[in-house]
Amino acid sequence: MKQLVKFSVASVLALSAFAVQAGTLQDVQANGSVKCGVSKGLAGFSAADSSGTWTGIDVDVCRAVAAATLGDATAVTFVPLTAKERFTALQSGEIDMLSRNTTWTITRDASLGLNFAGVNYYDGQGFMVKSSLGVDSAMDLGGAAVCIQAGTTTELNLADWAKSNGIVYTSVVSDTNAQTLSNYDAGRCDVLTTDASGLYSMRAASNDPSEHVVLPEIISKEPLGPVVRQGDDQWFNIVRWSLNAMITAEEIGVTSATVDVVSNNPERERLMGRSGNTHEYVGLSSDWTYNIIAQVGNYAESFERNIGLNTPIGIARGVNALWTNGGILYSAPFR
Amino acid sequence: MAIYESQELRKPPISQVGIVRWLRVNLFSSKVNVGLTLAALYMLYVIIPPMLGWMIFDANFNFGEFSFLGFEFGEIMATNDNCGRAAACWPFIYEKFDMFVYGFYPRELVWRVDIVFALAASLFVIVRLVRNYKYKNKVLLAMIIGFPIASFFLIGGGVFGLEVVKTHQWGGLMLTLVIASVGIIISFPIGVLLALGRQSNLRVINFFSTIYIEFIRAVPLITILFMASFVLPLFFTGGISFDKLLRALIAITLFQAAYFAEVVRGGLQAIPTGQYEAADAIGLNYVQKNALIILPQALKISIPNLVGSSISLFKDTTLVLIIGLMDMLAMVNMTANDINWLGRETEGFVFVTMTMWIFLYSMSRYSKKLEVRFSTDHKN
Repeated sequence: MKQLVKFSVASVLALSAFAVQAGTLQDVQANGSVKCGVSKGLAGFSAADSSGTWTGIDVDVCRAVAAATLGDATAVTFVPLTAKERFTALQSGEIDMLSRNTTWTITRDASLGLNFAGVNYYDGQGFMVKSSLGVDSAMDLGGAAVCIQAGTTTELNLADWAKSNGIVYTSVVSDTNAQTLSNYDAGRCDVLTTDASGLYSMRAASNDPSEHVVLPEIISKEPLGPVVRQGDDQWFNIVRWSLNAMITAEEIGVTSATVDVVSNNPERERLMGRSGNTHEYVGLSSDWTYNIIAQVGNYAESFERNIGLNTPIGIARGVNALWTNGGILYSAPFR
Repeated sequence: MAIYESQELRKPPISQVGIVRWLRVNLFSSKVNVGLTLAALYMLYVIIPPMLGWMIFDANFNFGEFSFLGFEFGEIMATNDNCGRAAACWPFIYEKFDMFVYGFYPRELVWRVDIVFALAASLFVIVRLVRNYKYKNKVLLAMIIGFPIASFFLIGGGVFGLEVVKTHQWGGLMLTLVIASVGIIISFPIGVLLALGRQSNLRVINFFSTIYIEFIRAVPLITILFMASFVLPLFFTGGISFDKLLRALIAITLFQAAYFAEVVRGGLQAIPTGQYEAADAIGLNYVQKNALIILPQALKISIPNLVGSSISLFKDTTLVLIIGLMDMLAMVNMTANDINWLGRETEGFVFVTMTMWIFLYSMSRYSKKLEVRFSTDHKN
């Protein structure tokens, strides 16, 4: 029996080692599509429209990688995953990359055999109140009843924050998101707390969005980003720099409409693949970044199209603005 | 000689005829029943009017313009913003209908799924038509084997120039039906074999059948699905990817087989020993005995339980949403997260409930009909 266990463990490890060594880029090019793990429906991040086409800012990262590696942003096989199975799916090779509103933490990055390739949305826990309450800061929430989802880190974050700020509150706990929202709608609590991106889509789904305000305080850090398997550095670079290309393009001012405009800005020309040889370092053709911007757009385009102020979700850029505009979105240079 | 005059017929007391009698007997026969009736009426009063209001009277049915006999009806289709939140917004279902039925199946290829739906419906017609036909059994056998194969290639593609549609694009009602029908059809013969195995005199077969049945029945379906979905892939690393739907189908089939086995065993035990002895006496071997004498009787009396078990499997297929398959129930969340139709979960859940009800109630009615048709006793 012991021998059998040893043998099984050894063969699993050997197989994993084999999986790690295989070049994801070669697999993707052989398959003709990027297998990308997404959520099972999260408004503005990854959800399907009426014709079954995936949209969202997480989806755009998958599309950017497909545009970079295959020259076709539609060459993506979307694999809807639950929160529980997402890491297994990546580890086992069922998907090539994960872009599923996944928070970057040291535990996940360091202990699961995964690497986070960057941050495409800085989320954090926030509060929503009815505007009739007249509250404009979370510091005024002393004595409030707070609607919250059970068993999430949200609950712990709130407890920590309230304790350190000396705020006393009562919590109204429910099991699911929808229940939390209906508790809040029915007036069983004054405040609803969850990740800010979730607050905005809940507000959009409420009877009258103008009746609710999202307070400015953010009490936790939830950097969301794409994830790849550890051990394939070339693929890691491709995913990281595909995202960086979108951010850099916004910084330089290149949009999907202006990719063909030739300028005298050297970084812009490098980014568009018209000079320099950065593409050789990631092992792709010289138009890889051009394809990303032409087919998917820069970060601002993706943001405004999916979750920006003109969409029903209506999230302002806030911390997700470029570092030059007062946010913390920052890409290493294309040089 | 006494003369009997015929007396005028007296009517029975009003409390003993018609609706009054029915009410007295069924609803107001005792103090407890009066109380229960009033309580039930009050609950209906509380629930039904607001529900009808939400679903029909206050609901939005604005599906957009259409013309009928040259007249134009309707206006521009309602959007999420002007649909109203107080009552149901059925244009949401109308807009997302394809998502609920086909999931991510490419829209230009859904005719293939429609053909499978039409074939499935025609099977019921064919079964009726050939009821008295000489080669009935051959036709039925051809159907049982041919239909799943034809459906598989029509939906999956890959032959006769049909474009391949990978299983991750399957979804909605179509996926629910695929999982339920594969689960029921494939697990049935396995279940019969297991039931025979558990009744067998051969110690080894008996032992393993019992172990299998008792093990599977002692584990919840969710656990088996989780194992198939999260644990199994870790043993298949290295590029060997094992289709997620296939894993779920295998898990569900293995699970359902154990339940069918117990249902069929119940039927086997109800057959009198005399039947076995008679079969032995006329010199039938094991296969002939079971195929010709025992199983036809055992399966007939198992029909209600087999269908009951199938119905619960049909409902259990919604559990696949926890392993990331996009069945009809999972589509509720998906469609209500489209930024143009945010927050319409309730409409989606009501729609899925109604669809499920139609399928399950039909199954239940059909089993009733089968029972009557196969009935050979003298009950009536």
